[in-house]
Amino acid sequence: MAEPEGAVGRSLPRSGARRLAFGRGRYSDDLRFPALLHLAFVRSPHAHARILGIDPAPAVAAVPNARVFTGAEIAEICAPWQGTMDHLPTMVSPPQHVVAVDRVAWQGEPVAAVVAASRAEAEDAAGEVAVEWDPLPAAAVRDRTLDEDVALVHPELGSNLCFSTTIGTGNSESALDEAAHVVDGRFSFSRHSGVPLEMRTVIADYDPGEGTLTVHGSHQSPWHQQDTLSRYLGIPEHLVRVVAPDIGGGFGIKLHVYGDEIAVSAVSRILGRPVKYVVDRMEAFVSDVHARDQAVMARLGVDGDGRIRGLSVDALTSLGAYGSLGRPPISEGMMTIMMAAGAYANERYDARLRVAFQNKPPSGMYRAVGQPIACAVAEQLLDWAAHAAGIDPVELRRRNYWSDEDYPLRTPGGLAIKRLSPRRCLDKLVGMMGYDALRAQQAELRKTGIHRGIGVATFLEMTSVGPAYYGPSGAHISTQDGATVRLEPSGTVRCVTSVIELGQGTHAALAQIVADRLGVAASDVRVVGGDTSTTPYGGGAWASRGLTIGGEAVWRAAEGLRANILELAGSILQADPSDLDLARGAVCDRGTGEPRIALSEIGRIGHFRHDTLPPGVQPELAVTRHYVPDAAPFALANGVQGSSLEVDVETGEVRLLDHWVVEDCGRIVNPLLVEEQIRGGVVQGIGGALFEECRYDEDGQMLNASFVDYLVPMAAGLPDIHVGHVETPIEETALGTKGAGEAGTVGAPAAIMLAVNDALRPLGARVTSLPITPESILEAVAAAERP
Amino acid sequence: MKAPRFAYIRPESLDEVLELLAEHGDDARILAGGQSLMPTLNMRLSRPRLLIDINRIEELKGISFEDGTVRIGALARHGEVMTSSIVAEHLPMIAEAMPHVAHVAIRNRGTFGGSIALADPAAELPACAVALGAEFVLANKRGRRNVAARSFFNGLYETERADDELLVETRIPAIESGYRSSFMELARRHGDFALAGVCCHARVDGNVLSDVRLAYFGSEDRPRFADGASAAAEGKAWSEDVKEAVKTALGDDLDPIGNFHASAATRLHLARVLTGRAIDRMVAAG
Ligand SMILES: Cc1cc2nc3c(=O)[nH]c(=O)nc-3n(C[C@H](O)[C@H](O)[C@H](O)COP(=O)(O)OP(=O)(O)OC[C@H]3O[C@@H](n4cnc5c(N)ncnc54)[C@H](O)[C@@H]3O)c2cc1C
Repeated sequence: MAEPEGAVGRSLPRSGARRLAFGRGRYSDDLRFPALLHLAFVRSPHAHARILGIDPAPAVAAVPNARVFTGAEIAEICAPWQGTMDHLPTMVSPPQHVVAVDRVAWQGEPVAAVVAASRAEAEDAAGEVAVEWDPLPAAAVRDRTLDEDVALVHPELGSNLCFSTTIGTGNSESALDEAAHVVDGRFSFSRHSGVPLEMRTVIADYDPGEGTLTVHGSHQSPWHQQDTLSRYLGIPEHLVRVVAPDIGGGFGIKLHVYGDEIAVSAVSRILGRPVKYVVDRMEAFVSDVHARDQAVMARLGVDGDGRIRGLSVDALTSLGAYGSLGRPPISEGMMTIMMAAGAYANERYDARLRVAFQNKPPSGMYRAVGQPIACAVAEQLLDWAAHAAGIDPVELRRRNYWSDEDYPLRTPGGLAIKRLSPRRCLDKLVGMMGYDALRAQQAELRKTGIHRGIGVATFLEMTSVGPAYYGPSGAHISTQDGATVRLEPSGTVRCVTSVIELGQGTHAALAQIVADRLGVAASDVRVVGGDTSTTPYGGGAWASRGLTIGGEAVWRAAEGLRANILELAGSILQADPSDLDLARGAVCDRGTGEPRIALSEIGRIGHFRHDTLPPGVQPELAVTRHYVPDAAPFALANGVQGSSLEVDVETGEVRLLDHWVVEDCGRIVNPLLVEEQIRGGVVQGIGGALFEECRYDEDGQMLNASFVDYLVPMAAGLPDIHVGHVETPIEETALGTKGAGEAGTVGAPAAIMLAVNDALRPLGARVTSLPITPESILEAVAAAERP
Repeated sequence: MKAPRFAYIRPESLDEVLELLAEHGDDARILAGGQSLMPTLNMRLSRPRLLIDINRIEELKGISFEDGTVRIGALARHGEVMTSSIVAEHLPMIAEAMPHVAHVAIRNRGTFGGSIALADPAAELPACAVALGAEFVLANKRGRRNVAARSFFNGLYETERADDELLVETRIPAIESGYRSSFMELARRHGDFALAGVCCHARVDGNVLSDVRLAYFGSEDRPRFADGASAAAEGKAWSEDVKEAVKTALGDDLDPIGNFHASAATRLHLARVLTGRAIDRMVAAG
């Protein structure tokens, strides 16, 4: 056994990093199954159309081993679902078939499933299925979705409105009228997708002998899959097993239940054979959930000292054709209006949200849901207000944060805040950036025609969302996680967790937690998960919840095992367990630290030598615990990001020079993992700021459904991303962690937009649509030059 | 994303390739580096019946210099061209352009000939060939012919090459003394196809320009030689006024095609800005 040292707080390598480097990654597509069939989908080329007929004959003529399943055939064994929520009676979402029946509502909606002996043959056959279409007008222009003359995505609903609401204090308008300075803007945030490197993949194997369904797949929440497959295919839940092997990223995209994935299981059920489907990249763009897609109008007023007087926000989110099962599609917009300017003392706030359907792929969760929008809108207004009031933007923020005496509080947007640390984060960030020197350099360079910009944005990151949100919705989504920790006979430890590892490295941090509770080295703890038939039931990986919820469950399980070990040691040593402790791989004397008996001895005796134990001693060397975050509806991390960049005002190019993040995610279990999450998140935020956008024409055809034209940030164009930490552990849990997975993505678009506008300010130009492109900068500059 | 069925053949000699092309014509495609061809097959945008893999044909490889001309074999990989000392010495424009052509992994396989034969309007090398007065050597079963770069590109992925012809090599006059080149491109991300790009080549004497050759890519459906803009600089001492005249003339030379990455007007604007900067740099390099 390795020599243990305090593991929590150390930068240990990401779990599986060595294995992946050795080429031993096993993703769903790498798995081999005997008698496997391959599936390909016929997808709708129209954004909206009636299906008049489907003729499979040409497909079977071209590929004799192929078989075609229409939506109607699959519907015979799989009921349609509805993306509505019990606690939101005014939100509508019509029933959705897993494969379209009679009508399609987006380009890319699956219309028929085709299986054959190989993927190539399945694609050959799919290309020959003859579908007769009656194209219908489509709603595909976001800002016009709710206009009278626009086609209805679901005629039976009578409107494209999915949901609308207002929140706030009702007094922002009068406050804005009285403010010394009022700034406003119309912001636009493009439609994104999460584009994980590994595609959604499913291998479904229905065994007619046992009546079991085993699904291997790339999924962030296998339990949600298990529940859905059981209920919609009518297979008893204990006979459904979902396994998630290595996962190559998810970013929220793989949280959702997809009709195409359910169809794979349905086809396997019909055929009684394993069936595999891997979404290809071009299909992914028109079938993975989309996110963001919001237009926001906002006004902010400050007094002469730059103190916030009031804020109003009006947001329109455009969904696709449907919401998702169990995952409210309105979250993007709700997060925007709830969280805007949440870190700042303000009593007068009003917001309206409208959420509308469009003929586009269904909407869902993508890393940081709505929060980047909340952040960008509020922070940009604050920058403009700072300039209007003649105050440095950093100083303006410092003046406006809630004071430490204000906590705990509830913002006018409805956000319950226990405690935040934005001032400490800001002070640290300003120091890391060398803010004053950067400002001086900016002024110097402006004299030579070089346009540098600096953006500093405060962000909040809602993590570890608990039962208060998901419970009342009626969704079968668990907000708890569980873990079993077991002492092996040799004294090493195994931990079985419901936390899903999708590349973020959470399992490494779980090992660190166990190691410290049991006084062993992290390398002596093996963490496994990803199989609904063998691990404790849990929620999966979303909302940056892995450590805060799953980690707490592990902490508790390890704590339970520790107590059991000490009790067993007590009876072996004839000592009082409360005089004993665990350290350095041994049970030791609590007072002196003197080792009394090695863990390996405890393991050996506890597992093999029950004969030597006093009668009545029952060694329990495995403990399972679950943890529900019931003390608060969510955890709230916070931080500040800074961007320094240069804009070439003749070409519209943006060169990112440097990026800084200071975040407070509570107790840091593994700084390396936190920093990787922050950096990766910032990179996705840079994508949102400068590149990513699902472009559609007015008929609902996606124009850039490949990586040739859907641009994501690439390493060569990225700045250094410097990360600093402030640690304010939360009090509700033993561990004290908050999530860190989305912080980077929340704040980066704001910091970059602010910096671009800061660079353009001498020209009087503004950009308020993300992504910011060379063309949009040139247009803004040209508009400012026009008289 | 699996390619439809096709037959594959890997001949060992040039004659065999030409024989196959004569027999199959448009039903066949030459497979060089495969970096452009394979994606189009996998996306099922093209369904040739036969792929003729030319990677074993020795005569198509290599880069050499003789009698003031650089010969770049059709199979010379982008990576090889990028690090070639012959190219660095005699074709500085191409040496400057190479890092903009795709990314390392693609440059390891992608070929000079493939880039020319593909005739992507946003590609760098066709425009360099136009600016530098390159000639392409085409061969079929019956013989060989040379086609000047300026009359080779006919439109989007369209060239003078007949279905039975193979591009064998590119011959480019080496830079002469007193001449300079300058290459500039703008792309959304490094390695992407260009939003705008300019290749400049001229004799530079002090700040006086002559034999000016300006060619553009990322503008319309083919690389475009800018007669008017080149003429506007011809024999002139480079100045802000001449720069403006060149930029104005460019408006008549180019008729850019817009898409969602940049409109026609933006592309023209960018071509103008790049032209000014590229010539500034070329003149200042002295
Ligand atoms: C992600 C990505 C980014 C890229 N970025 C750029 C870029 O920025 N700039 C750029 O210029 N290119 C770019 N490319 C294209 C790359 O340079 C291609 O490799 C090149 O254009 C074609 O060369 P190839 O050898 O791969 O040709 P192949 O793919 O093998 O062939 C391309 C076409 O040319 C034909 N062909 C090939 N050789 C011959 C020949 N000797 N005679 C007759 N016909 C022939 C083939 O039949 C085929 O139709 C990019 C490619 C990718 C995948």
